[in-house]
Amino acid sequence: MARTTDPWRTLTDPLIRQNPVTLQILGICSALAVTTTLATAVTMSVALTVVLTLAAGLVSAIRRHIPDTIRLIVQIVIVASLVIVIDQVLQAYFAEISRALSVYVGLITTNCLVLGRTEAYARHHAPLPAMIDAFGNGLGYSLVLVFVGAVREFFGKGELFGATVLPLVDEGGWFTPLSLMLLAPSAFFLLGLLVWALRSVLPEQSEAPEHTPPLRTEPAE
Amino acid sequence: MAGREWNPLRRLLALPNESRAKTILVAFLVSAVCAALVSGATVLLRPIQAANRAAEEQARIAALVEGIPGMAALLEQSGGTLSTVVIDLDRSRAATEVTPATLDAALGDPGNWTALDPAQDLAGLGHRPNFAQIYLLRDGDDVSLVLLPLSGQGYGGRIDAILALKGDMNTVAGIAITGHSETPGLGGRIQEASWRSSFPGTELRDEGGDMRFRVARGPASDVHEVDGITGATRTGRGVTQMVRFWLGPDGYGPLLGAIDRGEF
Repeated sequence: MARTTDPWRTLTDPLIRQNPVTLQILGICSALAVTTTLATAVTMSVALTVVLTLAAGLVSAIRRHIPDTIRLIVQIVIVASLVIVIDQVLQAYFAEISRALSVYVGLITTNCLVLGRTEAYARHHAPLPAMIDAFGNGLGYSLVLVFVGAVREFFGKGELFGATVLPLVDEGGWFTPLSLMLLAPSAFFLLGLLVWALRSVLPEQSEAPEHTPPLRTEPAE
Repeated sequence: MAGREWNPLRRLLALPNESRAKTILVAFLVSAVCAALVSGATVLLRPIQAANRAAEEQARIAALVEGIPGMAALLEQSGGTLSTVVIDLDRSRAATEVTPATLDAALGDPGNWTALDPAQDLAGLGHRPNFAQIYLLRDGDDVSLVLLPLSGQGYGGRIDAILALKGDMNTVAGIAITGHSETPGLGGRIQEASWRSSFPGTELRDEGGDMRFRVARGPASDVHEVDGITGATRTGRGVTQMVRFWLGPDGYGPLLGAIDRGEF
């Protein structure tokens, strides 16, 4: 982990170079589940970014007083309470979207991205850098979610934010929706392609192969 | 350290992090603050959420009415709106002293609830309110549609629904699920239009007047059944028991008889 104190670097690093989803493959469960439409993806991104930033700030503020033996419990309690509050706010002000997200808002608690950041960064840094780092990571997560959500809604329904972009065959247009895009596996494919593309452009992100294939000549036919 | 610290909280916080007292103190403080935060948010936001749920229920009723074939035309004839009536379930007629506005207050009084003994209590409710708010559509003097709120025990918790019956008080015109806590993807599919679409046309009783309605295990095989949901047998049984209870003698049964005889 780069030990830089430059706040701009802390904020922008997690967007592409240290993206928590594509590089560290953290928090992909929700990234796959809520990206069928752009609206749910954006709501989920905002909810996660807010929870992550606040949790990082709180954990960082009491970091000198968290006993090591119960540090995970303390962090999870803080994260879980924030998630419940966010869930209640969504239910009150965004009832439609809250229904579409159903259990996944609650599952932010178990999103390894949140615990990963509070455990790895917020516990060792002052509140402001911790919150900047958390916000940057939230934005990195949001970037991936919005990309996957946009592609899935665009090709799966011919819409963006519920507004028709490509007229469907059913409604007299020409576009046949790819219903595979609305199923969970397509999110896996898209995420895989995204990781592949990123690592082709930025080869330093690729991991060293864990196994080297044995050298052997092609067997003769 | 210059001088002794007299504030006990500061003295505790100055303890080494690994000491038992400090561990317990931190755990307690964090839980207390978090508990306050969660309770505060819940209490402050509850009125808005309740308003949302009420609006949603109204929207569901509107959607339910709209989904019934020929309903739009009927509504126009009768002046465009459903009339809301509070029913006294014990006397099976309109309640005189309770109005829709005072219904919530009346149901807050335990005296307005009847305990059910286990043999009667098909839907697993324990207690039944004595008053219920129903919606009627009249065509001339006859009731042509009635919307009945139901509730019963499902697999994950209580299921709330509104059942629409046609003028013969035996044919289902539609159902709306207004609240449930069933497993998403299994029992939770009772909320989906594809499952609810097997309700219209289902008949509750046979010619002899016996209650025959049931959620089948698998596809429906006769006019008294609706399709079951694979993997949600207990949810299906909950819906069956809920409909059977509420349309039986301890629920709206006597009222439906009165409407059918034209006494309402």
